[in-house]
Amino acid sequence: MPVWLLSVAALLLIWLVSAWLAQSRALPTPMAVGSAIVTEFQSGDLVRHMLATLGRVVAAFIVAMAIGAAIGIALGRNQKLNNLFDPWVILFLNIPALVIIVLSYIWFGLNEVAAIGAVALNKIPNVIVTVREGAKSLEPQFAEMARVFRFSRWQTLRHVVLPQLQPYFAAATRSGVSLIWKIVLVVELLGRSNGVGFQIHLHFQLFDVATILAYTLVFVAVMLLVEYLLLQPLEKHARRWRVNHA
Amino acid sequence: MLDVHIRSKQFSSSEGAELSVLKHLGFSCADRSFTCIVGPSGCGKTTTLRCILGLDTEYDGNIAFNNSMHSEACESKVAAVFQEPRLLPWRTVEQNVRLALNHVDNKMLDGLFAELGLSEHREFYPGELSLGLARRVSLARAFAVDPTVLILDEPFVSLDDDTAARLRRLLIKVWSARACTALMVTHNLTEAIELADRILFFSTSPSRVEHEYDIPVPRDERDEAVIQSIRAEVQAFVASGRTSEG
Repeated sequence: MPVWLLSVAALLLIWLVSAWLAQSRALPTPMAVGSAIVTEFQSGDLVRHMLATLGRVVAAFIVAMAIGAAIGIALGRNQKLNNLFDPWVILFLNIPALVIIVLSYIWFGLNEVAAIGAVALNKIPNVIVTVREGAKSLEPQFAEMARVFRFSRWQTLRHVVLPQLQPYFAAATRSGVSLIWKIVLVVELLGRSNGVGFQIHLHFQLFDVATILAYTLVFVAVMLLVEYLLLQPLEKHARRWRVNHA
Repeated sequence: MLDVHIRSKQFSSSEGAELSVLKHLGFSCADRSFTCIVGPSGCGKTTTLRCILGLDTEYDGNIAFNNSMHSEACESKVAAVFQEPRLLPWRTVEQNVRLALNHVDNKMLDGLFAELGLSEHREFYPGELSLGLARRVSLARAFAVDPTVLILDEPFVSLDDDTAARLRRLLIKVWSARACTALMVTHNLTEAIELADRILFFSTSPSRVEHEYDIPVPRDERDEAVIQSIRAEVQAFVASGRTSEG
């Protein structure tokens, strides 16, 4: 039996024993959570709210990566620009997620754009910092080769610059996806009428811990699937040219 | 015809000191000629090539490509074989060559790969090739663009003697079949004698052309013995020049 399976089994066992000992609504057994998952699935709520949250995660992720990468490359390549905007990056890096969400709802209203924008804005400074590091360490030899052989701007970006930044994108993606889905839940809790965050808030008011855990576990499972079925294969594809893949 | 006139080229150190690298450097290369530059290390040979390639524009002087071969006013194409192969490691051999081309002529490409013994390696990534093979790909890329001027910066350095000799013969074979003006920097006088029509000897820094030597023997008659006798002659010629200048 692989170690990770044993480890998960041990965790379940500890949960089970604690729930039996506690005998409280505040700590339901794994079986109670399992039946909550089935109930929510059969009513259609689980799928609907899951899709709403997943949609926001994807949208916020794409916006944050695109804007963060563009700014990160610009700052990494241009020292003057970097000196000018570095304080801004540090400022945004240190604004609490909650503040950005609340202000964004106040300024732009309780709508989808404000919600996704707030999540993206929380992530953008991290992407900028990571990609900027990569853009600073671009190999000048390849840039010279591209100039001599008259690569177009697009060719240079696609074949020379972006592949060099790939490890930095991978790092930003990895830390990004987990950060983003946690913030999406807060955004939903504060100002949306669907999504996993909304459901958790609803069942918090009903003190229904089993359903809260049901949503949490299913969403974690979905994010693990995204990691194993999407992100890891993509990264493997991006690293296919590396010879020492032993 | 390639005309190079650099009145002066200086580098400034971070402390503001000026270092003069080239001074009154002038030479020209006839169409379809093969010229080698030999000189002490650090004398500005590579800097000269960088100026010709347009990678360094901070010099006082002018460099002209007067193109009599393609009188229909088509732009002179310059290609380079760098000291390091400078292949994009995340693109295959074939992609690396194709990226340098605006219009891909598949038949030409098949022929070129075959000529350079690379037909088997088109789908390989550069990291999977030996240095000798990577250098051949670098040659393939340079010849693929059908250049009017070909710049080579010590393209055979740090190869074992056999591989270097094989690559020199390959270079001459591919070059002879095409109409381009070649300018090559090398440390190796024997290599220069084997390849060139004419050798330019650079002085120590600040550099200028100290001697020019035209090799009288046709290239295909230069066997080991001929090369050795020319070498002795060249060395005597250079030495006498030095003493006569006092």
